Amino acid sequence: MAGDPNGAVVITGISGRLGRMVASLAHRDYPVIGIDRRRFVDPPKDIEVHNLDIRRKRVERIFRRQPIRAVIHMAIIHDPRMNREEHHSFNVMGTKKILSYVTRFKIPKLVVLSSANVYGPRPENTQFLTEESPLMAAGRFGDIGDLVLVDLAANTFFWEHPDVETVVLRPTHIVGPVHNAPSNYLRLKRIPTIMGFDPMVQVIHAEDVVRALLMALKPGVRGVFNITGPDPVALSGLIKALGKPRLPLPAPLFVEGLRMLWRFRMTSFPPPELDYIRYVCTIDGSRARDEMGYKARYRLKDIIEFFKKEQANQ
Amino acid sequence: METPSLDTFYRALERLPKRIRNMVYDPEVLGKVDLISRENLGELGYDPFGYNPDILKKILPVVLFLYRVYFRTQVFDIDRVPDKRVVLVANHAGQIPIDGFIVAASMFIDAPKPRVVRSMIEKWVPTLPFVSWFMARAGQVVGTPENFIRLLNNNETILDFPEGVRGISKTFPNRYRLVEFGQGFMRLALATKATIVPVAVIGSEEQVISLHNSRTMAKLFGAPSFPITPFFPGLGPLGFMPLPVKFRLYFGKPMEFKGDPDEDDEKIQMKVKRVRSTLQGLIQRGLNERKHIFW
Repeated sequence: MAGDPNGAVVITGISGRLGRMVASLAHRDYPVIGIDRRRFVDPPKDIEVHNLDIRRKRVERIFRRQPIRAVIHMAIIHDPRMNREEHHSFNVMGTKKILSYVTRFKIPKLVVLSSANVYGPRPENTQFLTEESPLMAAGRFGDIGDLVLVDLAANTFFWEHPDVETVVLRPTHIVGPVHNAPSNYLRLKRIPTIMGFDPMVQVIHAEDVVRALLMALKPGVRGVFNITGPDPVALSGLIKALGKPRLPLPAPLFVEGLRMLWRFRMTSFPPPELDYIRYVCTIDGSRARDEMGYKARYRLKDIIEFFKKEQANQ
Repeated sequence: METPSLDTFYRALERLPKRIRNMVYDPEVLGKVDLISRENLGELGYDPFGYNPDILKKILPVVLFLYRVYFRTQVFDIDRVPDKRVVLVANHAGQIPIDGFIVAASMFIDAPKPRVVRSMIEKWVPTLPFVSWFMARAGQVVGTPENFIRLLNNNETILDFPEGVRGISKTFPNRYRLVEFGQGFMRLALATKATIVPVAVIGSEEQVISLHNSRTMAKLFGAPSFPITPFFPGLGPLGFMPLPVKFRLYFGKPMEFKGDPDEDDEKIQMKVKRVRSTLQGLIQRGLNERKHIFW
């Protein structure tokens, strides 16, 4: 079966919180097929979910069986706790597989959810990184290197296959009803920061990311887009607005302490990634605004309210 | 960020003689913060580059202390700076980027119409704890070409040091001798049609007496330069304390340039040379008028 502009939308990594949010919106407009090795608890009835690792051969059958209009590739994990080899294989080999199905079954649209983390936090960063900025994250942290490779693979695919509308989205730190590092960081009771450092940060509500992903499905949209949320804010300003105390730690103490906790498996926050709260990695979202018509709906006020409410309910 | 060090500073101020306290707590200068447009500020009061007027208000006494009491800054012809997109071009020296801070402060404190100058700071400044925070909240920005263009297109005032790191790490015998200028500022000024105003900074080149630039130590600390001063290593880190020299700022006549920003190096170089020799002239005037380094 070949790609078809009236076919289904395949979502990889559908069982994550973000994936489920995308699915629950997308299935109103398109037939949705999900692939994830994690279980999807109580999917909406019209969503067909396959409990499969995307590297498995059986995934091909899903693509072969029915007309498909688009693939939203979100099965990209960033879990520094995972075995390095498995992490690499799942992200890089998994993506390669998906890309090959897109060409083989002539699917007209591919949307890849990358992240602005691929630019890497660096003291020499320009304040607003554009889509053309080099992806420097790989130099510092091994795990993020895999994410850079995925992003680059999607970029290469974009150039090699002009017949496929490839969209790569690079959102800033996603927060809200998800359980990723930035959200969990903001959920801490006392938020540790590096003493003497207070970079500008950007956050984006998960629902805005979901909206951007669905907007990327529109015919004609193609290319790499930074996806931003509300105005950038200093880290300390954000923490203050959340009404939480800050715990500034001297950098060496923080790094060493975290390394120790890491070794004893008491934290899931990898020590090298502390640079994200030390240096800037903020992006310019004007291309998505001009070419896709995307604009964040959630303001900082809403995001802060979300976290306050969530905490009150616990 | 309310750092304990800031509170200590304020407490120390209380003990100073009244004359100095009045210089530091100057309601007129504090009021100037409100004269600056707030339209670029985001939801929580920060502008996209991290400048925050409310925090600036809090750190202004520190700025005023350094500007008026410690360095006793004097400005000349500051009214020459036109009210449009401007690139201030100054000589760079002193091992620690205090000159940028002083020029920026002058445009806020002593200019007829206060403005927040963005000085293009070195790429390693963000690696310095506290300094990075202080600089960003006061409006200073890492000197990348993209930042430069973005700010000028917003009609902001920029301060650039075309000597770069080579300038700031000058050793004492080479003080007030401009090293080669980079061409970046000229190309970016041409691209954005900005006016160039040379500023001679007198004083900064004596603030830290560098006898030798130790490459080994620089490498060890990841800094672009590492000065050996008469007081370092003898006095430990205190050896890098800038001396309380008197700062004098001479603002030159505005210079307008026209041309293609992507021209050959030689043609750009000619324009750069005009700025450089004007600045060297201003420096010379400043040195001739000055009677003493400290007063």
